[in-house]
Amino acid sequence: MTGRTDALGAGSPAPRAGGSRSRDALIGWSFAAPFVILFLVFMAGPILVALVTSFTDLRVTDIRNPLAIEFIGIENYLAVLGDERFQKAAANTAVFVLVGVPLTMVLGLAAAVGVNQGFARLRTVFRVGFYLPVVTSIVAIAVVWRLLLGTDVGLINATLSITGIDGPGWLSDERYALWSIIAMAAWRNLGFLMVIFLAGLQTIPRDLYEAAEMDGANRWQRFRGITVPLLRPTLLFAAVITGIGYVQFFEEVFVMTQGGPLNSTLSLALYAYRQFSFGNYGHTAATAFVLFVAIAALTFAQFRAFRSET
Amino acid sequence: MTTLSPGRGIPPAVAASRGGPRLERGSWWIYLLLVIGLILLVGPFLWMLLGSFKTTGELRSVPPTWIPENPTLANYEDLFSRLNFLGYFFNSTVVAAAVTAGNVIFCSMLGYALTKLSFPGKRILFAVVLGTLMVPGIVTFMPLFVLVANMGLTNTHAGLILPFLAGAFGVFLMRQFIGGIPDELLDAARVDGAGEHFIFWRIVMPLCGPAIATLTILTFLGSWNSFLWPLVVATSDSMYTLPVAIALFATGQQETNIALLMAGSVIVILPVLIVFILLQRHFTQGIAMTGFK
Repeated sequence: MTGRTDALGAGSPAPRAGGSRSRDALIGWSFAAPFVILFLVFMAGPILVALVTSFTDLRVTDIRNPLAIEFIGIENYLAVLGDERFQKAAANTAVFVLVGVPLTMVLGLAAAVGVNQGFARLRTVFRVGFYLPVVTSIVAIAVVWRLLLGTDVGLINATLSITGIDGPGWLSDERYALWSIIAMAAWRNLGFLMVIFLAGLQTIPRDLYEAAEMDGANRWQRFRGITVPLLRPTLLFAAVITGIGYVQFFEEVFVMTQGGPLNSTLSLALYAYRQFSFGNYGHTAATAFVLFVAIAALTFAQFRAFRSET
Repeated sequence: MTTLSPGRGIPPAVAASRGGPRLERGSWWIYLLLVIGLILLVGPFLWMLLGSFKTTGELRSVPPTWIPENPTLANYEDLFSRLNFLGYFFNSTVVAAAVTAGNVIFCSMLGYALTKLSFPGKRILFAVVLGTLMVPGIVTFMPLFVLVANMGLTNTHAGLILPFLAGAFGVFLMRQFIGGIPDELLDAARVDGAGEHFIFWRIVMPLCGPAIATLTILTFLGSWNSFLWPLVVATSDSMYTLPVAIALFATGQQETNIALLMAGSVIVILPVLIVFILLQRHFTQGIAMTGFK
């Protein structure tokens, strides 16, 4: 990718008669300035402030009184890491990522391979249908899912009761709540991965499948022997993107369970948000950076895992 | 990282074989699985749509019904008469439109500078902007809130808009696309004496239609659906956006009025659904092009 960047970046502007370096700089920055100013104020600045805050005792009561803030080293990090609820949140987040990412990828890949099988006319219908949850507001999704998963009047349990099964409290029982949320996240995101995988599948030449078919390879052998290896870059990309999203999982639990019951669905991002609403800004910032490190580590691990397999 | 190259929406190798492999004999079960999947994914929406025409009493009945027994528009009437739904709709639209316009303009300008101009600090600028794509949203959440509060922008449209006017994703997308515009075209204009700003607005931007369409859709959608920030910044009824209003009803006084919540959810989804169906090619191309939603 760096090669591309260089090719695109350097040597593109034509040498202008009388164009001096400082003039180039002025023109270049006049294009960059609006974005850069907004970026510094609303992105880069806040990131730095968060980093500094994570080493201070900043609370909501201090925000108009900077003199009251003291540096306390890594105490926030120690306090957060030692908090039982943080550990519970970290464990929940790990389960969510380790189960949710493979589940969503398998479903997304199955949908993509299925849709790619040749239903040309129906492909749009499937694509719109499978993608609908991705473009829908989480708030609206929560409204309908809470009703689906309700213990007594929920659609799922009502359907189960017809067959004589007594459905559990999908969201109110701490043994089931996290799994229900994982299922909901997979339901919501598989269409997104399907679109990525469909784009990847379309780059695989059809001749390969035809040749393999002539050699007597069955559908599964063709999938394992052609689709998976040729789709590897796309799979890695999807795993990284989904992993980064799922480590931060927040919206689903925020609107569905608020982390309950008994913190069984508390996630790291929700833990950080709670510290924010309690006014513990130092703890919020420390948790956020722990999350950042987790994302970086996960991304690195996924690149390693995919590379070592080849 | 070929995934990142521009114009990858439909690779040439594929254009010829669009439609995919032939449907083989004995693949009816794949078709069956797909249809079951489609029902599982779309079913809840259908249930919501039908539910919005029911009374709360019917929605709570056991066993649940699919088709409304006594279809009613009362829920929709209530949304607009008893609640300030037109106001929420207006707020959502204003915020999403402003955020989208900002991203299209500022990200394109930077994208042009990064690919077609040379100026000191260019490389490092791009690296820093791209690097922030990995930073979780919760990192900036608290400092942004303190900043907006200190600027006195809590509960204003500006407070809802400003922090999202210039996103790294837009730069990434526009840079990819503008990088693919031939330099010869721009050089010809330069030889004719055109200034860089003239070239950007009159030549480059009109050529960026597909990328701008993609960025517009994705940004508008992201803003329309965004939820946590407006929930914290909009503190009075007059400033609520649609998702905030629904989230607060779902946990507040209207909690038990599920029929009203369903109608509200339909109103949130409907514009998105219409735009999505009309422009779905741009959605899927944008995702295939960049891998971001």
